[in-house]
Amino acid sequence: MPLFASLLQTRPDDAAGEPDWLREVRAAALADLRGVGLPTPRVESWKYTPLRALESRRFVCCSDAEASRRAVPEAALALVAADAPRLVFVNGTYRADLTRLQGLPAGLTLEPLSAALAQAPEAMRFLLARRFAAAGDVFARLNTALLREGTLLRVAPGTRIVPPVHLVCVGTPAEADIAWSLRHLIDLGEDSHLTLVEHYVGSGAHAHLGNGLAQYRLQAGAVLRIVQAQEEAVGASLIRRSEFDLDARAEVMLTALDLGATLARHDLVARLSGAGARFSARGCFALRGRQHADMQIDVGHRACDSACELIWRGVADERARGVLRGAIGIEPGADGAVAHLSTKNLLLSPHAEIDAQPVLEIHADEVQASHGATVGQLDEAALFYLRSRGLSAAAARALLIQAFCREVLDAGVPEALRDALAARLAHCLPQEARNA
Amino acid sequence: MLKIDNLHVRVAGKEILKGLTLEVRPGEVHAIMGPNGAGKSTLGNVLAGREGYEVTQGSVTLADRDLLALEPEQRAALGVFLAFQYPVEIPGVNNTYFLKAALNAQRKYRGEAELDSMQFLRLVREKLGVLHVSDELLHRAVNAGFSGGEKKRNEIFQMALLEPKLAILDETDSGLDIDALKMVAEGVNHMRDPQRAFLVITHYQRLLDYIVPDRVHVLAGGRIVESGDRSLALRLEAQGYGALARREPAARAQG
Repeated sequence: MPLFASLLQTRPDDAAGEPDWLREVRAAALADLRGVGLPTPRVESWKYTPLRALESRRFVCCSDAEASRRAVPEAALALVAADAPRLVFVNGTYRADLTRLQGLPAGLTLEPLSAALAQAPEAMRFLLARRFAAAGDVFARLNTALLREGTLLRVAPGTRIVPPVHLVCVGTPAEADIAWSLRHLIDLGEDSHLTLVEHYVGSGAHAHLGNGLAQYRLQAGAVLRIVQAQEEAVGASLIRRSEFDLDARAEVMLTALDLGATLARHDLVARLSGAGARFSARGCFALRGRQHADMQIDVGHRACDSACELIWRGVADERARGVLRGAIGIEPGADGAVAHLSTKNLLLSPHAEIDAQPVLEIHADEVQASHGATVGQLDEAALFYLRSRGLSAAAARALLIQAFCREVLDAGVPEALRDALAARLAHCLPQEARNA
Repeated sequence: MLKIDNLHVRVAGKEILKGLTLEVRPGEVHAIMGPNGAGKSTLGNVLAGREGYEVTQGSVTLADRDLLALEPEQRAALGVFLAFQYPVEIPGVNNTYFLKAALNAQRKYRGEAELDSMQFLRLVREKLGVLHVSDELLHRAVNAGFSGGEKKRNEIFQMALLEPKLAILDETDSGLDIDALKMVAEGVNHMRDPQRAFLVITHYQRLLDYIVPDRVHVLAGGRIVESGDRSLALRLEAQGYGALARREPAARAQG
């Protein structure tokens, strides 16, 4: 039986008292999935990420019966200061005991999606009714078909939320491999400000399949600073999709760090629908062993004077494989748009591979757009320069690799968090002590 | 201190140094002059241990240690410093962090105690005062976005901080305006010491107005074709390398 069919077979029943439209949304997604298998490399957006290994595996769908009792060390939850609002999921299950919702700042709504659906589902209808029709979007359809748990985060118009909000999805060993699914809705009212830190983190070895779908809606003038750190267990598979809708003058500053998982796929979609909307994203993946990371960025300029800046760094060692596709589309009428994409990639082993593919499509006038992509090795001249001053070959390599990645962390991230991220990044890169 | 004997070096299959012999004693400043393509930069790179330079014959010792058997970082720890003709830009690596790591790596190799941040900063301030280098350079990434003059100042600053036994200046004067040139010369002169030797590689005589050498050698066709005192540099300035090139076959015949 194909993987999706087996997952859907064990799908939990719709909860009592849910509105009809929600059942219909799930049913439509289910219908869309009927007879559909995992995407093959013939689907353009999955060209570099074969899923054959996943197809033959079996998972327990949606929940880990023991998830509410599994121990999670505080260290796994400690990326953000301990007094920040926090919502925690373990193997896809909401954990009230690890969550911190007391004393939320005025104007901030933060609760598990299941609770929000039980109380006032209507307010989420617009976001939840989104249909994912593209051939490559099957995991988003699966997420919709299984829609039950996740996050509702809302910021009232004109509110500036000072403490960062911490959203943690923990993967931890279970008796069987779990296929969990979470939907996060983040809604920023007009002229509101929020800092959000999302952390996908493995606590102990496991081989679960995670499916995270986050929808961010920024109303006019809203500003979102967001950090997405991914440190899943080395055996884990994690499929994520982040969709940003920006109204006029809204601004997103995103920093993404992908360090974990054996298979990590992230579709990062931004629609700049209002005049003057700005989307800036910086990210880095650092891979080794047989890790495979596939980053698909798609920014659509739909309004005039919108701007995006995408800066990505990739490092692949041993037999790792990285994929970065950065597509920027400037639609008719989006005059005055400014769009820049730059990706630099570093191969540390003859068996490592990185595919970097920038795509620009421009259908408007008076546009400034540029893109650049490089894949290369460490600069021998720089290595010699450092060694000629006394650094060992291994130390010189480590210093250059870290500097290569650090560039993306040095802007837009709160300082305390930047140091924490840099330390985690450094841990995943070749160390001085390791033989070069 | 530095003894180079009959050094033959190939680069990409082509013989560049063809039997170079040179001895520099502690406390001396030697200038190496010569036309483009003579092998001047090759000499600096071979001494510092750059890859891609194949020594086919000859020997190089520093204080009786076989330099050619050592890695670049080992040579640095033993006191070899090369001021690069084209200092490399290294975005993302902070200049101060890099220098502290380099100095401590050298000290560790020599079995000396590493400096803590306070001790290191005290040393930095002391050297900055002497060299009139703006401490703004220290907070930036290594050479990233530096002007040509700033890069050379940074090289001299590194030299002052690392206190090498043998400092090799590879065309440090190229592309410098007169103020930067004087600063480089001051840095070198301030560091002249009975225990320290300098090898000043230059295309032009000008730098030698400010750094007065004990010996001047002319490198042409991969070997030293003439040696003399400071007046040799002045004579070259007046006559050009062309006059030498005509004499070179004779020198080769003697060798």
